[in-house]
Amino acid sequence: MAAESETIAEARRQMEICNSCRYCESYCAVFPAMAMRRSFAEADLTHLANLCHGCKGCYHACQYAPPHAFGINIPATFADIRNETYAKHAWPAPMGAVFERSGTIVSLAASIGVALLLVLVVLIKDPAVLYAAHTGVGSFFRIIPMWLMTAIATLTFGFAIVAMIMGARSYLKATGGAGGDLGPKPAAEATFDILTLRNLGGGGHGCNDVDDSFSMRRRWLHQALMYGFLLCFAATTTGAIYHHVFGWKSPHAFLSLPVQFGTWGGVLMMIGAAGLAHVKIITDPGPVSRKVMGGEFAILGLLFLIAATGLLLLAVRHTGAMGLMLAIHLGLVFAFFLVMPYSKMVHGMYRGIALLRNAQEKRRLAATAA
Amino acid sequence: MADLSQTFDVLIAGGGNAALCAAITAREAGATVVLAEHAPKAMRGGNSRHTRNLRALHPGPTGVLTDSYLEEEYWDDLKRVTGGKTDEPLARMCIRASQHAPGFLEKCGVVFQPSLSGTLSLARTNAFFLGGGKALLNALYRTAERLGVVILYDTEVQHIEIKDGFATEAIVSHRGFPDRIRFKAFVASAGGFQANREWLRQYWGDAADNFQIRGTPYAQGRILKDMLASGVQEVGDPTQFHAVANDARAPMEDGGLAMRLDCVPFAVVVNSNVERFYDEGEDVWPKRYAIWGRLIAQQPGQVAFAINDSKAQNNYLPPVFAPYRADSIAELAGIIGLDAGKLEKVVADFNAAVRPGTFSAQTLDDCSTEGLTPPKSHWARRIDTPPYYCHPLRPGITFTFLSVKVNDRARVMMADGKPSANMFASGEIMSGNILGQGYLAGFGMTLGTTFGRIAGEEAAKLVRN
Repeated sequence: MAAESETIAEARRQMEICNSCRYCESYCAVFPAMAMRRSFAEADLTHLANLCHGCKGCYHACQYAPPHAFGINIPATFADIRNETYAKHAWPAPMGAVFERSGTIVSLAASIGVALLLVLVVLIKDPAVLYAAHTGVGSFFRIIPMWLMTAIATLTFGFAIVAMIMGARSYLKATGGAGGDLGPKPAAEATFDILTLRNLGGGGHGCNDVDDSFSMRRRWLHQALMYGFLLCFAATTTGAIYHHVFGWKSPHAFLSLPVQFGTWGGVLMMIGAAGLAHVKIITDPGPVSRKVMGGEFAILGLLFLIAATGLLLLAVRHTGAMGLMLAIHLGLVFAFFLVMPYSKMVHGMYRGIALLRNAQEKRRLAATAA
Repeated sequence: MADLSQTFDVLIAGGGNAALCAAITAREAGATVVLAEHAPKAMRGGNSRHTRNLRALHPGPTGVLTDSYLEEEYWDDLKRVTGGKTDEPLARMCIRASQHAPGFLEKCGVVFQPSLSGTLSLARTNAFFLGGGKALLNALYRTAERLGVVILYDTEVQHIEIKDGFATEAIVSHRGFPDRIRFKAFVASAGGFQANREWLRQYWGDAADNFQIRGTPYAQGRILKDMLASGVQEVGDPTQFHAVANDARAPMEDGGLAMRLDCVPFAVVVNSNVERFYDEGEDVWPKRYAIWGRLIAQQPGQVAFAINDSKAQNNYLPPVFAPYRADSIAELAGIIGLDAGKLEKVVADFNAAVRPGTFSAQTLDDCSTEGLTPPKSHWARRIDTPPYYCHPLRPGITFTFLSVKVNDRARVMMADGKPSANMFASGEIMSGNILGQGYLAGFGMTLGTTFGRIAGEEAAKLVRN
């Protein structure tokens, strides 16, 4: 068993004060979950940190926040623990080190991805293909052959999925197994919490997104990003179904399902990513972990660029700019798949597990109390 | 930068709930208002930063208050804790006004929450602020700023120039520089003097050095002393304060709520002579927590030790500081520096006096002692299951009751019995008008809100005429 990190020890010190105070019990799921415990092992602190949505309500309400000597700063401390969680459970294990430099790595991967794809296209096809206008069925594949597109996508995305599943397994094991019976009710509650981001509601009045005033801004922006991302995923999926099941080849008409999903998904992603980055820039730096900021800005930037290039691709798809735009867009997408298991993107998975475990734990405790 | 050369309608000294309620009310009534807060912005709000709820009369269930809590019951509660040492008309006026306190605060952006865990079962009588007192302060400051109240941080009001009951100007230290603020009306909301150890020593001697000050270190009582020296009438016993049992290892200032210990009903408590001195199980903790600070303050060395065993560990909220722990009573005595033989005898005598009963942590159970002095009337269980634990206790002082006298319009009274022409007071600085002794959970914030609003209203009315 590896020695505990300083962050874990610091989080324990803070939680022991919080658990005696409990003023924040109505803000989010973290504090009722804390109140179910009297001591805090590393597994407990990891669970609580991943349950934390970083809404900052507890910081701005804290009678012990800095400059008080107790220096309670749960949002920043838990953000650091989350980053340690991501690193610790990364697969393969050496890749965990990436989280130390997440911003740099994500940015590098994005630029190398674009460059590589451009080089590949030029190597495989005549460079002139890049600049010629292509129209009609299968025009995308005249730039990048279908086999190549499929191969890279399958490899990168498949790898991301495998790596993230391995991470989830490792996380579950380290934080005490699957957390009891997986009934439909806890699963439904966790799903509801994820889909509505209930914990970014601050007990009904929103969170301290920017300062000690309450707003739902971060919640709505994250919703835009998350649902935009899912819509884009739906666009790809319907596109694949069109291709493989119905034999309908891209590019599809603007009003077709894949293009509609992709368009609105892209717009939502751009609003969400730009908005969240803006909130990060103007927010009170007190409850923010500086360590994780680089990675967060990088992944928001990458998501924004993917959405923006996707929309640009739609706009220029009948012109000579299509070839370049397609290569850039796909380069970014493949880079994104590749870095996904080593970026902020994994938070969704660990948060989901934490929410599920919390829903199970609440029921287990209620059953014990009854 | 604020222009301090102008004459403001109203100057408010203080930056807690009582000050803000006065500032907001006066500003809403059209007065120009300047609020001088001694603390820097990050530590603003006096003791309100550490509060959690206020006690409010309510004829029926409200959003966050259950059932009803009417004037007679509220008055009975207040009469009981003060031992009748109160001003009935003033207290009843405050109790009636408390009905509108939560609504006023909500209008100012304060959010209330249903009470959950660790709230001393006060859901019926007390309305809890979502996130606690600092969140309340954030909302009140935001409202005051929006209304155009001039807020000066790091600004200590040091002296009020008073002639024949009429205040003319304030001498202040504004961000370290001497300055003066001119005004037409003055509201004193600057708290008690509990953080002024020199002043406490006048009444308590060396014992004062062992008092932990739970709240803001800025409560130096400077304005209180200044006003009393300028012909303002004094009220309240200077030795009386609201105090609780704190962990002896808490910081000497600003430790706040989390330093309190709720273990007393589930322990036996001895002083440094290894003698028990009060019935630990007299009543449920919400009705007794406020007397234990004073009880410990009166013990030799102002220290006490709560002793229990492993059975009791989950009966109270987890403490910030881990209790001392040992496998025998003698070993425990060694750790905390008490006479082992004496402590073993105290525990043995207690164990022998415990009568059989059915333990219930949340209600007045039938577990009591027989033939023991002092008795333990409830939750008395034999201390016999190691490991044994000790929580060391010291008095944690919340606020002192020595006050400026006010009338029912929050107007400061002069020593000659006449009301001041233009001075008002709200909050802890006038708490002694109603609290002769003892304390009722959540009453400090009630006092601040109700008298703050009256003071603000009256001050604005005065300057309009």
